[in-house]
Amino acid sequence: MLRILWDSRIQSAAVILFAVGFTTLLLNRNLMKKIVGLNIMDTAAYLFLTSIGYIEGRLPPILADGVADASAYVNPLPAGLVLTGIVVSVSVTAVLLALSLRLYKRYHTLDLDTIYRIVHEEAEERE
Amino acid sequence: MKKRTFREWLKAWDEGEIDFSVPGPGCPETPGDAASSGDAADDRPAPKDDAAIRAYARRFRDREAALFRRIYPVMVVLIVAVISVFLLRVVTELPPFGSADTPANSSETIRRYLEDGLSETGAVNVVAGVILDYRAFDTLGESHVLFTAACAVLILLLSSEKQSDSLRVREILEKDAVLHTTGRVLIPLILLFGIYIVLCGHLGPGGGFSGGAVIGSALILYSLCYGPERVRKGLNLKSYRVTVLTALLFYSLAKCYSFFCGANGLETIFGPGTPGNLFSAGLILPLNLAVGTVVACTMYGFYALFTEGTV
Repeated sequence: MLRILWDSRIQSAAVILFAVGFTTLLLNRNLMKKIVGLNIMDTAAYLFLTSIGYIEGRLPPILADGVADASAYVNPLPAGLVLTGIVVSVSVTAVLLALSLRLYKRYHTLDLDTIYRIVHEEAEERE
Repeated sequence: MKKRTFREWLKAWDEGEIDFSVPGPGCPETPGDAASSGDAADDRPAPKDDAAIRAYARRFRDREAALFRRIYPVMVVLIVAVISVFLLRVVTELPPFGSADTPANSSETIRRYLEDGLSETGAVNVVAGVILDYRAFDTLGESHVLFTAACAVLILLLSSEKQSDSLRVREILEKDAVLHTTGRVLIPLILLFGIYIVLCGHLGPGGGFSGGAVIGSALILYSLCYGPERVRKGLNLKSYRVTVLTALLFYSLAKCYSFFCGANGLETIFGPGTPGNLFSAGLILPLNLAVGTVVACTMYGFYALFTEGTV
């Protein structure tokens, strides 16, 4: 089993990256670090997708010399799908960062526990 | 309550007038809930005493939170370990890395893209042919996702007040001779490279997204070197909106045209042309330009909004 994992080490690395990102996302209380973890998870997904499309010993899908033979090139589809994923993750990251900036301007911290405490204290003061 | 616009709601929330966190009915602050958990029933307060109830509820919440804080990391590590072992097991079941006869790599679609892509789309770069011709709807949605994100960031961060610390940093940067000379040498090269990547997206590696990001980085560098006012002369909030919307509208209309013609078997004026020429591959070059414009504007817009609060 370890032998197989080493042979497809790119996919294994993607799984490990995913685990690292997921742990970062869940364990950190700082919003910025949570966003970093989410981005690591995204990267793991892209690595996995591109590694699925790779074929040993073939050229990238750019038909420079006009050879239109499917057995000469790697799979062009995962590249296009990863492009979509990258754009979406950039957008999500931007919106998350903007929301975090708003939270920081309101509570002057990015620590979720502190924000939670401040919110509760303010609610109790109002009562 | 009087009706407010979205911006007024946002302002009210920012100033703390609206509070979404006031606990509603059903929270474990009522004594019945707290007692039913059976935890420390002896210091249960008399139900009429409001302050005591609140103090008890806070203590209960703190104790719960402490317990949660102790268990949570252990659970996270356990769950992640289970997920990753499961996923690694799946990896061992996958076809070997780099093999050609997997279902994903030997399907009819892939063969069609590679063998007929050159004659059908005219793009030497098959990936560009796939994302801007066969799957152009996908890329249209992508551009709109980026545009929507830019709108959201604009709503959240647009402010008229000047930020004092960024002003001070800018004063230091604007006097820096090394920065200015480096900028004068580097920015045209980066811009040229970005334009090359956009224009040759159908002839080699590249395309609107990567080239647009490079052009956006050149704009950011320019803004850093010479101050955002100089960029604002060419790209202010109004021209930013107009440019991005025009690019998206052009993309949508061009794709409408080509889908209409393709579905009805009509002759289009955008033929594949001679593969390898700059002006070939039908609509792919103009679409790459539109996507590159959107991406460059959005990248610079993100930067300007996060640092200055305006474009």
